[in-house]
Amino acid sequence: MMENSRRSFLKIAGVTAAGLGLKPVTDVLASGGHQTKSSPIGDVSKGKDVLTAKRWAMVIDVKKMAHDGTVHKCIEACHKLHNVPKMTNKRHEIKWIWEEEFHHAFPGKHHEHIAEAIEHAPFLVLCNHCENPPCVRACPTKATFQREDGIVLMDFHRCIGCRFCMAACPYGSRSFNFRDPRPFIEETQENFPTRMKGVVEKCNFCAERLAVGKQPACVEASDGALIFGDLDDENSDVRKVLKSDYVIRRKPGLGTGPQIYYKV
Amino acid sequence: MLERALNGNKNYWAWLMVLMSIIGVAVVFYLYQLWFGLGVTGMSRDVSWGFYIAQFTFLVGVAASAVMLVLPYYLHNYKAFGKITVLGEFVAIAAVTMCLLFILADLGQPQRMLNVIFYATPHSMLFWDMIVLNGYLFLNVIVGWNALSAESKGVPPPKWIKPFIYISIPWAVSIHTVTAFLYCGLPGRGFWLTAVLAPRFLASAFAAGPALLILLCLLLRKLTRFDAGKEAIQMLSKIATYAIIINVFFFFCEVFVACYSQIPEHMDHLTYLFFGLHGKGALVPFMWLSMILMFTGIFMLLIPKVRTNESSLAVACVAIFIGTWIDKGLGMISGGFVPNPLHHVNEYIPTIPEIMITIGVYAIGMLVLTVLYKMAISVKEEAAGLS
Repeated sequence: MMENSRRSFLKIAGVTAAGLGLKPVTDVLASGGHQTKSSPIGDVSKGKDVLTAKRWAMVIDVKKMAHDGTVHKCIEACHKLHNVPKMTNKRHEIKWIWEEEFHHAFPGKHHEHIAEAIEHAPFLVLCNHCENPPCVRACPTKATFQREDGIVLMDFHRCIGCRFCMAACPYGSRSFNFRDPRPFIEETQENFPTRMKGVVEKCNFCAERLAVGKQPACVEASDGALIFGDLDDENSDVRKVLKSDYVIRRKPGLGTGPQIYYKV
Repeated sequence: MLERALNGNKNYWAWLMVLMSIIGVAVVFYLYQLWFGLGVTGMSRDVSWGFYIAQFTFLVGVAASAVMLVLPYYLHNYKAFGKITVLGEFVAIAAVTMCLLFILADLGQPQRMLNVIFYATPHSMLFWDMIVLNGYLFLNVIVGWNALSAESKGVPPPKWIKPFIYISIPWAVSIHTVTAFLYCGLPGRGFWLTAVLAPRFLASAFAAGPALLILLCLLLRKLTRFDAGKEAIQMLSKIATYAIIINVFFFFCEVFVACYSQIPEHMDHLTYLFFGLHGKGALVPFMWLSMILMFTGIFMLLIPKVRTNESSLAVACVAIFIGTWIDKGLGMISGGFVPNPLHHVNEYIPTIPEIMITIGVYAIGMLVLTVLYKMAISVKEEAAGLS
């Protein structure tokens, strides 16, 4: 008796599972391949002031950067705006943009007789928003992804905290929330999300500011030392600088295509 | 068949109790980690992977080594391994279970782990690692269980498991290759960016795995009436010998490439590991110990008198196991991350909670192995008694 009822249970369970599995398949077929999923928050369209580009990039004018206090202003502007916490334990440090010496920013390029101006100049380093980002290649959930305009973004809700992207980044641009960051945020800005423990974060090229027509925070605070714009637009400021001045990029030989250019 | 694991003497249950207490303590530490975050470990912004991932890397190798029994027996009819293939498959099950647990323990948001399936990303090596690890677990459970079940009934294993057995052979190679591919495809990590990483991983796996199996067989002979047989143990020892020689040779190749080319990007990591860099050198004694242990193991295993004497063989196996563990479980991860891409040296030292959780996962693996082995030995002793 047990045999029969177990068997019939399995039969019914199997048919049910097949039936349930049929719906998504018929949905796709019925829609003719066009996904017409409606968004739960209604239609999302671009704002009227949004800044668009085919390829965002930034030029850092190192000589202008060396002016007193500019570096500090850029870093503070970014970290304050994005609720980047000031962790007390250096191991748990979170930084989106920070200052390095030349031989740390460009480890392959250093030599003994480097120009004094370069040797002591502050170099701002941040995520390079690479054309060919190895972090995006590595991420198993697409929690870090490249937007059409080139910006490499993070979805803090999808990130499983595996930190594979941190291993993949050749520039050390990424930080991990080793503990809840919220107690360590000096002054929480309500218009930008705070993150939870266990997720990775990094510079987002101020995508939220671009969306409302503003320049990135560090660019605004830099007094002209940082130039931001669309590489695809011949008349953009970045293209003008690149046309007239020689620039270097970090670890160009790796093929990542970094989009932060340093005018030395 | 699992009910056979419930018939044990006092020592058996005492051992299980010890393991379960260790696991209990580790669970408490893990809950602490869940509550506080991964900051309870020694990991940092620069060394963002540590003990957990290192153990996972080492144990993937141990799991893959089951193929060293399956291949000779099923593909080449090497009868001496027939008695112990199931034991190899059960080691694989315990090892892969530990791998998955270590990955889980290392996640910052473990409750989101299914995202790897929901948002499947075939260009990510972690996606394939999830697939091959779970697939290998599935294969070994199916094959091991059915083979043992058939043995307990006194019949040959069912014909349908043959394809699973054959698939498990390249699949074993794949689990460690994919794991190596996690590391060796990352452009910014000169220590890992080497074509020989996957072969080296496999070589050290085929040394550590058989070494472990030999030790387990010797232990089983002491604790039970099961005897793996001198021929099987000797063949395993020969496999381990060649594998450890090849592993050390591959490592020597890496050292040559880095130190003869003198490219700082590649040399600095080895310098850090073996001599220290910028005053930091916590791993130096361990790396040299690993070299000494592996060379001692090779030396001992190469001498037939030492290899055939099972006491000295056991010592050699312990040396090989610990040597390869230090190599993969300590040196591999820190070596890749230190110095960091900006050439800063920030060291990694595991913390107490991290070590306790690690020990807990190892205890879970040992629990799984004990239960499966109890079941297997019970079947085999019975089958031997009957025949």
